[in-house]
Amino acid sequence: MTAEVIGFWTLAVVLVGSALSVVLTKNLFHSVLWLAAALVGTAGIFVMLDAEFLGAVQVLLYAGGVITVVVFAIVVTERLVGERLTQTSRRLLAGTVVAAGVLAELISLIRRAGVNIPRPEMTADITKWMGISLLTQFLLPFELLAVLLLAGLLAASYFARPEE
Amino acid sequence: MPLSAYLALAALVFSIGLFGVITRRNTVGILLGIELMLNAVNINFVAFSRFHGTAVGMIFTLFAICITVAEVALGLALVILLFRMRRTATADHIDWLKG
Repeated sequence: MTAEVIGFWTLAVVLVGSALSVVLTKNLFHSVLWLAAALVGTAGIFVMLDAEFLGAVQVLLYAGGVITVVVFAIVVTERLVGERLTQTSRRLLAGTVVAAGVLAELISLIRRAGVNIPRPEMTADITKWMGISLLTQFLLPFELLAVLLLAGLLAASYFARPEE
Repeated sequence: MPLSAYLALAALVFSIGLFGVITRRNTVGILLGIELMLNAVNINFVAFSRFHGTAVGMIFTLFAICITVAEVALGLALVILLFRMRRTATADHIDWLKG
């Protein structure tokens, strides 16, 4: 048992457990908090795959930004409706069948694909490489992303504007 | 761990997210399921990129994460708007386009 194996299984248990809690918890607010745990677990997986920068982005943007926005939306809508948001699930059997079918197909695909390869050694500094290539090779999509984020946030604040 | 372990983990999280999208009735709950599915795809991207030995897939993941943030902000703005107009959080009640 190397440190990588122990870390992988720990993160896998955290990720799968919190993901299951997200879709099974009755309380919507608890669902969001479990999603935060799942997102932090994903960040841990990223760090294990030598993508420390992506792990940081994941924690900052997802666990920071998305969770804040979702909690904000829940608080606002609860105030508008004036009652607590509980959520019921429906079509549990159909959901289980479809999800299990997709999972079985994906697993058999992974088995047949022959991707049981070990991890190659990474010599270069990934974070440095990402920084350089974002501002050279991928400069145009990077700037377009900024425009997209601005447009998205403007549209969001327009949709959710206070009523006149 | 081999590449297939990461792919299997991502497949599991993807299926759980799909289950959530199918079974949840609340619009915010459906959005949370979509978030889980997007996360699973990001894990796949990073794992393939790392095991291939190049970091281009990680750049793609960076873009995917940022676009997801914009998507969530817009989706929740629409949820708030629907709440104002219809006073409902259930996806089944949003049926204005029903013929």
